[in-house]
Amino acid sequence: MLELLRQPWPWYLAGPLIGLTVPALLLLGNKKFGISSNLKHICASCFPAGVPFFRYDWKKEAWNLWFAGGILLGGALTALLLQTPEPVQVHHKLATELAGYGISDYSSLVPPELFTWEGLFTLRGALLIVLGGFLVGFGTRYAGGCTSGHSIFGLSTLQGPSLIATVCFMIGGIIMANFILPLILTL
Amino acid sequence: MKNLKYLLAGIAFGLLLVKSEVVSWFRIQEMFRFQSFHMYGVIGSAVLTGMLAVWLIRKMNIKDLEGRPVSFRKKEFSKGQVYGGLLFGLGWGMTGACPGPLFALVGTGATVIAVMLASAVAGTWVYGRVRDRLPH
Repeated sequence: MLELLRQPWPWYLAGPLIGLTVPALLLLGNKKFGISSNLKHICASCFPAGVPFFRYDWKKEAWNLWFAGGILLGGALTALLLQTPEPVQVHHKLATELAGYGISDYSSLVPPELFTWEGLFTLRGALLIVLGGFLVGFGTRYAGGCTSGHSIFGLSTLQGPSLIATVCFMIGGIIMANFILPLILTL
Repeated sequence: MKNLKYLLAGIAFGLLLVKSEVVSWFRIQEMFRFQSFHMYGVIGSAVLTGMLAVWLIRKMNIKDLEGRPVSFRKKEFSKGQVYGGLLFGLGWGMTGACPGPLFALVGTGATVIAVMLASAVAGTWVYGRVRDRLPH
């Protein structure tokens, strides 16, 4: 059983369980699933700097920071107890493409050639980590939500604006992965 | 400890993100190149499950643990969903991680992702600072 749980979980098991987060939070205390809001709460609690956008009672939203802390702990527990022993299996076309950029280590969930402290001190690694992270934070707040708040919670509650946001997330990602990322990875 | 239940829900969600490999940069690259059904299966089945659950909560008027009715607020359309959505999409294609996976990855021991997370906080802060000058 433990061996089976250590394997990557198929979409038809993990997807519905992820979807159950929506009713779980609603029923635990009428809370709306949305993780990027936490980035805003961190700004409001640590560096409000008189910006009106960060002047609100973030303590009322503290539950969400606990939820985010739980995600971090959940990641740690999974790595400790249920780590997949085998390398990540990827589509052969992606493996061929990445090999051309010197990326061939599949022992971790993220490529160590880019996302390690050594990687941070390469030009392409720094761009992906620092600029990529910045765009995630700026874009999600500008859009009013991320994959959880718009794509999962918003679509679950049949919100038109969330469908527009989700389509734009996908367009942005498709443009980056196919047309811009190849240039960054050759740096 | 009224927030403990949210910590536990977060732990379960973090476990799911890692075991489904949603946190993997490789899986996100496959998704944006249409090389694997996995991510579409995860997100699609999550949305269908969420829809069904929300429909049931509304239909049966189910109350939350504290006995309050579950409320929903309508999201308003703004140009931010387009401009911000595209910018987030570009970032997601670079990092392979949306905000949930950022927290989960730090937990798995990919400590450099803490820099990515700090950068995302900085991006949110800059948005808050300049939002009056952006089209909405």
